[in-house]
Amino acid sequence: MRRLLHLFCLALVFIPEPLLALEFNMPRGVTDTSQSIFGLHMTIFYICLAIAIIVFGVMFWSIFHHRKSKGAKAAQFHGNVLIEIVWTIIPLIILVLIAIPSTMTLVDMYDAGESDIDIQVTGHQWKWHYKYIGEDVDFFSILNTSREEIENRKKKNPNYLLEVDNALVVPINQKIRFLFTSNDVIHAWWVPDLAIKKDAIPGFINESWTRINEPGTYRGQCAELCGKHHAFMPIEVKAVPEAEYLAWLDEQKAAKLAVAASAEKDWSMDELMAAGATVYEKNCAVCHQADGSGMPPAFPPLNGSAIVQGDKVGHIEIVVHGRLEKGMPAFGEQLSAVDIAAVITYERNSWDNQTGDIVTPAEIQAMMEKE
Amino acid sequence: MSAYTETTHHGPAKGWTRWILTTNHKDIGTLYLVFSLIMLFVGGSMAFVIRAELFQPGLQLVVPEFFNQMTTMHGLIMVFGAVMPAFVGLANWQVPLMIGAPDMALPRMNNLSFWILPFAFAMLISTLFMAGGAPDFGWTFYAPLSTTYAPPSVTFFIFAIHMMGISSIMGAINIIVTIFNMRAPGMKLMDMPLFVWTWLITAFLLIAVMPVLAAVVTMMLMDIHFGTSFFNAAGGGDPVLFQHVFWFFAHPEVYIMVLPAFGVVSQIVPTFARKPLFGYQSMVYATIAIAVLSFIVWAHHMFTVGMPIAGELFFMYTTMLIAVPTGVKVFNWISTMFRGSMTFETPMLFAIAFIVLFTIGGLSGLMLAIAPADFQYHDTYFVVAHFHYVLVPGSVFGIIAGVYYWLPKWCGKMYDEKLGQWHFWLSFIGVNLTFFPMHFVGLAGMPRRIPDYALQFADFNMLTSLGAFLFGTTQLLFVYIIVKTVRSGKPAEQLPWEGAQGLEWTVPTPAPYHTFSTPPVLGEK
Repeated sequence: MRRLLHLFCLALVFIPEPLLALEFNMPRGVTDTSQSIFGLHMTIFYICLAIAIIVFGVMFWSIFHHRKSKGAKAAQFHGNVLIEIVWTIIPLIILVLIAIPSTMTLVDMYDAGESDIDIQVTGHQWKWHYKYIGEDVDFFSILNTSREEIENRKKKNPNYLLEVDNALVVPINQKIRFLFTSNDVIHAWWVPDLAIKKDAIPGFINESWTRINEPGTYRGQCAELCGKHHAFMPIEVKAVPEAEYLAWLDEQKAAKLAVAASAEKDWSMDELMAAGATVYEKNCAVCHQADGSGMPPAFPPLNGSAIVQGDKVGHIEIVVHGRLEKGMPAFGEQLSAVDIAAVITYERNSWDNQTGDIVTPAEIQAMMEKE
Repeated sequence: MSAYTETTHHGPAKGWTRWILTTNHKDIGTLYLVFSLIMLFVGGSMAFVIRAELFQPGLQLVVPEFFNQMTTMHGLIMVFGAVMPAFVGLANWQVPLMIGAPDMALPRMNNLSFWILPFAFAMLISTLFMAGGAPDFGWTFYAPLSTTYAPPSVTFFIFAIHMMGISSIMGAINIIVTIFNMRAPGMKLMDMPLFVWTWLITAFLLIAVMPVLAAVVTMMLMDIHFGTSFFNAAGGGDPVLFQHVFWFFAHPEVYIMVLPAFGVVSQIVPTFARKPLFGYQSMVYATIAIAVLSFIVWAHHMFTVGMPIAGELFFMYTTMLIAVPTGVKVFNWISTMFRGSMTFETPMLFAIAFIVLFTIGGLSGLMLAIAPADFQYHDTYFVVAHFHYVLVPGSVFGIIAGVYYWLPKWCGKMYDEKLGQWHFWLSFIGVNLTFFPMHFVGLAGMPRRIPDYALQFADFNMLTSLGAFLFGTTQLLFVYIIVKTVRSGKPAEQLPWEGAQGLEWTVPTPAPYHTFSTPPVLGEK
C-alpha cells in the first residue's frame, strides 16, 4: 500500500508536461492571458506539491520511526518559539512571491480598453445571444446536439454537448472586448482555451477581453447554474483569419436582409408548418415539450390550451411579449417575424389543436409596428 | 477516582418520553448525533442519485430538474443536517465533561434547540413531494434563480432555513454561556482543552453569521411575496448583493464546519502520540486568527462577478493570508507526532487521514485563492473536489474520529478494533477515489451542477461514481460497528486510551447520567 502510494507520488512528479496538459490538466489555451494563467497554475501547483512532500514527509517519517511498537519513548516537549516564528514567516514569504505574478496577470486581464471589436454576449435560459456592436449582426447560438444522443438512442458524436448551431466567429490577432449581460438569471460565459469566465448578470454589464493567437474552434459551457438546462447551453468560438472574418460578416448581413425580405412574401400553410416545427424544437420544446404536454405547474401544456385554441391576438401577444414573471421569455426580441408567425401557426395546428388558422409574418410585423 | 460519587437516585426517565423531555446534555448529545447520522444517509442517498446519473454521459436515470433538486438538497442536508448537528452533538457530550460542568448552562433551551431540527428538516424534505418540486437552485441559492425563477416550494425552504438558524443560534449561546460560566474552579481559559476552545470560537462565528443568513432569506421572501426588489435589477435591486450577503454568512460557515474538527484532532493526536500537544497557545491564536480572517475573505467565492480590480486584489490577498494560521495548525499536529510514541487505533487513523487530506484541500484552496487562476477553476469540479476534501475527509472524518475516541466513555463498551480498521481503510480508499479524480475533470473543463457532460470527462466520472458507491456503502459498516458496540461490545476500561488526558477521562466508564455534580478539583488527577 505504502509502496504504491510512493510510486503514485513519483509518477505525478515525473509526468511529462505535454501529458499533464492533456485531459487532466488545465488547457494552456491560445491567448497570452491563458498561457500566463497556465503558468501561474503550474507554479502554484508545484509549490503546493513541494509543501505537501515536505510536510507529509516529516509526518510519515515520524509515523514510521516514532511508533510505540518500535519501542519509541515519547519526548515531552510542547513548544519552541523560534520554530513557530520560522514556520509563520516562511509561508508568508512564499505567499508574497506568489502574489506578485498573480497581481500582474490580473492587472493585465482588467485592461479591456482600446479594443478592435466589441461583442455583446447576452445569456438567456438556455442559449447565448451574440451582438457585434456597430455591425448590425446579431444571432442566437443554441445547442446542436440531438435529443437522440442525449437520451442514448444514438451514438454520441465527439463534440457531444459542446456544439452549437451558430458559432461565434471572431478574427485572430485582434483585441476583442466582450460585454456580458443576461436576460433572466445569472449565467457565466466560459471558454477554457481563452481563459475567460465572466458572469452574465441581469441588469449589469461585465467586460472582458481576449486576443486569440491561433485559428481554431474553441468550446466552452455555461458555468453558473441557471436552471434545468444549465448543462445544455454550450459556447463555440471559431477564430479565423481577418479576411475570412470579414467575408463571414458580409454573409451574415446578406442573410439578415434575406430574412427580412422573406417576411414580405406569401407563406403557405405547409411552409409555415415546416418552418414552425424547427423553431418550436429549438425554442419551445425545452419547456413545453415536443408533444406540447408541458411540465405543469411550471410550464403549462400547449396541447389543448385555451390560449392556443382561442383568439389569435392573445396567442401572438404572449409569444411576442412573454410572461416574464413566470419565466416565459418575450420572443418578439429574439425571433424574426417569420419565425414567430411560423411557430404560432405550428402550435395552433399541431397535436389536438386543429384550429386551421394561418398566422402570417405580415400580421406579426403589423402588430409589432403598431406598438 | 475515590473522590467521585455517583448519584444513582436521579437517573434517566423511563420510556420513550425520556428523549422528548430530556434536558440532560448527554441525552441531547446522543439525539444530535443520531439525527445527524440519519441525515448523513439521507444526504448520502441523494449523492448516490447524483453519482449514478453521472456514471456515464447521457441522461439515464433522472431528468435535469430532479438532478438539480438532488444537488441542492444534498448540499443543504449535509451542511445543515449532518455536519453541523454532529458537532453540536459532540459539544453537548464533551464540553461539560471536559470543563467539569454538571450540564449545559441552559438545559431547557438545549432541548428546544435540538427538537426544532427534526421539524425543520421534515419541512425541507417534504418539498420534494410538492408541485413544482424541491428547491433546485443549488445550496448557494443565487438570486434571481431562487426568487423570480424558483419553484413555489422556495417559501418552505426559507422557513426551514429560519428554523435551522434559530436552532444553531440557541445552541451557540448555550455553548458560550456554559464555557464562560461553568468551568471547574481554577480552570482558566488557557487551561481549556482545544476542543472546547475551537467550539467557543465556532459558537461566536455562529452567532455572528446565522442572522446574516436569516436576513438574506428574509429579503428573498420579501422579493417573492411582498413585491420588494432587493435582488431584482429590473426593480432597482442587485443580484450581486445577494451573493455578497450570502457569502458573508457562508464563508465563516465553512469554518464553523471545520474548526470543531480541528479541536477533535487536537485531542486525539496527543493521546495516541503519548505526548502533549505542540504549541497549545499558538493553536488557540491560530484558531482565533482563522475566525477573524473568515469575515474578510467572502468575495473570493465571487471572483467572476465583475468586481473592480481593487476588490479582487483585496480578497485575493486576505484569502492567501488564511494559509498562514492554517499552516501553523498542521505544523503543530505534525510536531506533536514527532518523537512521540505512536499507536494507530481507529480514532488516530481517522485523525491522521484528516491531517493529510484536509491539507490537500487546503492546498487546493490556496490555488483557488489566486484570482486569475480562479477564472479557470471557478464553478468547475476542481472547486467541488476542493470543498469535498475539506468537508468529507475534513469535517466528517473529524466527527468519525471523535465518535470512535469517546464512544467507550459514552456507552462503557469498546468498539471492535478490527472492524474499525476496516471502516477506516475502506473509507480512506473510497473518499480519495471519489474526490481525487474531480480535480482532473475540473481542470479539464467540466462545470459543476450539470447532469450530463461531454465525452472527454467520462472515464474520471465513472471512477468517481465507483468511489462514491464504495464510500457511501462503507458508512453502513460504521452504523453496524456502533450498534454492535452499544449492544454487545466488550466492557471498556476506565481509561480506554493509554495516553488520554483530561477531565472527561476521570469520570467512571460508562459516564453516569449525572457527572460533576460537585466540581472537580484541578491538579488532582
